[in-house]
Amino acid sequence: MKKNLKYNLIWLALACVIYFGLFALYNGGFITIFTDAIIVNIGINVILAVSLNLIIGFSGQLSLGHAGFMAIGAYAAAILTQDNPTYLAFALSLVGGMLISGFIALIVGVPTLRLKGDYLAIATLGVSEIIRILIVNFDELTNGPSGIFGIPQFSNWQVVFIFMVLAILLVSNYIHSGDGRATLAVREDEIAAEAMGVNTAKYKVTAFVLGAMLASLAGSLYATYQQSVFPNDYDFMKSIDILIIVVFGGIGSTTGAIVAAGVLGFLNMYLQDFGSLRMIIYALAIIVIMIFKPSGLLGTWEFSIKRIIDKFSKKGDDQDASINS
Amino acid sequence: MELMIQQLVNGLFLGSIYALMALGYTMVYGIINLINFAHGEIYMIGSFIGYFLIQSFNTWQVLPNAWGFFAALAISMVVSAFLGVVIEFLAYRPLRKSTRISSLITAIGVSYLLQNVMIYFFSPDSRPYPQSIARKTYSLGVIDISNIQLLILVVSVTLMILLQVIIKKTKMGKAMRAVSVDNDAAQLMGINVNRTISFTFALGSALAAAGGMLIGLYYNSIDPMMGVAPGLKSFVAAVLGGIGIIPGAALGGFVIGLIETMATVFGFSDYKDALVYLVLIIILLVRPAGILGKNIKEKV
Repeated sequence: MKKNLKYNLIWLALACVIYFGLFALYNGGFITIFTDAIIVNIGINVILAVSLNLIIGFSGQLSLGHAGFMAIGAYAAAILTQDNPTYLAFALSLVGGMLISGFIALIVGVPTLRLKGDYLAIATLGVSEIIRILIVNFDELTNGPSGIFGIPQFSNWQVVFIFMVLAILLVSNYIHSGDGRATLAVREDEIAAEAMGVNTAKYKVTAFVLGAMLASLAGSLYATYQQSVFPNDYDFMKSIDILIIVVFGGIGSTTGAIVAAGVLGFLNMYLQDFGSLRMIIYALAIIVIMIFKPSGLLGTWEFSIKRIIDKFSKKGDDQDASINS
Repeated sequence: MELMIQQLVNGLFLGSIYALMALGYTMVYGIINLINFAHGEIYMIGSFIGYFLIQSFNTWQVLPNAWGFFAALAISMVVSAFLGVVIEFLAYRPLRKSTRISSLITAIGVSYLLQNVMIYFFSPDSRPYPQSIARKTYSLGVIDISNIQLLILVVSVTLMILLQVIIKKTKMGKAMRAVSVDNDAAQLMGINVNRTISFTFALGSALAAAGGMLIGLYYNSIDPMMGVAPGLKSFVAAVLGGIGIIPGAALGGFVIGLIETMATVFGFSDYKDALVYLVLIIILLVRPAGILGKNIKEKV
């Protein structure tokens, strides 16, 4: 416990360093509105990628419906805060969106997670499209295809940063818990896990629901940063964008998801100068990276402070050391 | 009632286009387990090739009539088949041994690439399709059928029958069936797996191009993003019928077409896409392998 405390403190310090680094950049006037948008986008993409990675990378279920859950969060925030712009309403909308998303994920997940492989992908794709079509057609509540404008701006880069750190903490702690190891077992070999007495359905559904709730959180943050929501922002392409980040970083690596969100965010920023060639270059980059590095940037590698410290201090009581030597 | 019969007939025509595309999806999935997201883009490019061909036929005054359309259809199918083979060779073949999800991402990348190349060179605007076959409407008692609808049905059913003949009767078809059952065993039996997969892509792409040209003629407008929605829906059709099963894809296509038009009859036209996905989810829950699919127990 004491040992873990040390590493947790180091992680906390690292988060603080990044936070104050950004803080200094903002106060020093190095950040324009444009780069601010990029930074916030990267933060939101990190939350999305980490949560989708929980579903795809750690529990091994291909889900193509992340945008649908994001849309629920975005619309929950938009609808609740446009009339009463208080922080209470904002907090309520975060929680409310997450609860609705979690509930829908549960309803969808329990029956569909019995399906193998690509069928789940198609079912989740269907669900997210159904959510989007319902949003387009419920005019009184959602203002239909024209979306909602003038949402008060609650989330800025600081709010996004804090939630990003919380999301990363939540996912990486979950993966290292007993439940998380069971989830990994299901990913590796479902039949073997079941034979060992792991309740496979339970862990798959848990990962799916958790991922959906985090997606909804990211959606709420995005909507209250952009101050507007449009149903077409949450279509199939959005799910694919998040999937690309996850696969680009390496399926099953939280570090990879974070790095990929950053790299793709900056790539997007520099590609703005290319105008209409931007998407062509982006598409080519995806194809080339997938052909030459199909396992993604980092594979399943994880950045670990514990490992680095152990390496330098060369402690004898390290578990891995005894295995390697 | 009349409206309902009319819409049933319309659904049949629309469904035959979905069926044409679903065949391509199902063949590729059956043979290399890849959801070929670029299939909808082949459909779009097929209709663009047809568009430019018919336009040039008209300007040079060669074949400025129905024969021009058929000539363009044939050329577009051949060129798209070639394009399908090239895409398979450059993008999918290097990934044959890696995980399915990275092939999936590559397919999505190819689909983005094709869309954006077309947008870059030919603008994102939709353009009117040259009507080289004049639309005539025949009234058959309670329903109206146009000659274009008949053409769609005849061309697509002919192509489907042709495909079935190729798969059941030719040596290549036999090889395709063998590879889809067991890739390695087929290779041991002396089947050239790479050539068989290329052939599958060629067939599927040719069918998609035909579908794209027919839809251009039917709706009279094409644009670089036209492949996205039909691409998804025809994939849904393939899953609905039982992915990997050729008659299932055709059936799924017709079912989707009918659901869409029936939704319009009952006043749910805004919800027709949602309805398609809802039916898909229900089918997946009741019969996970699709309507015609067989449930195979996973071996330990």
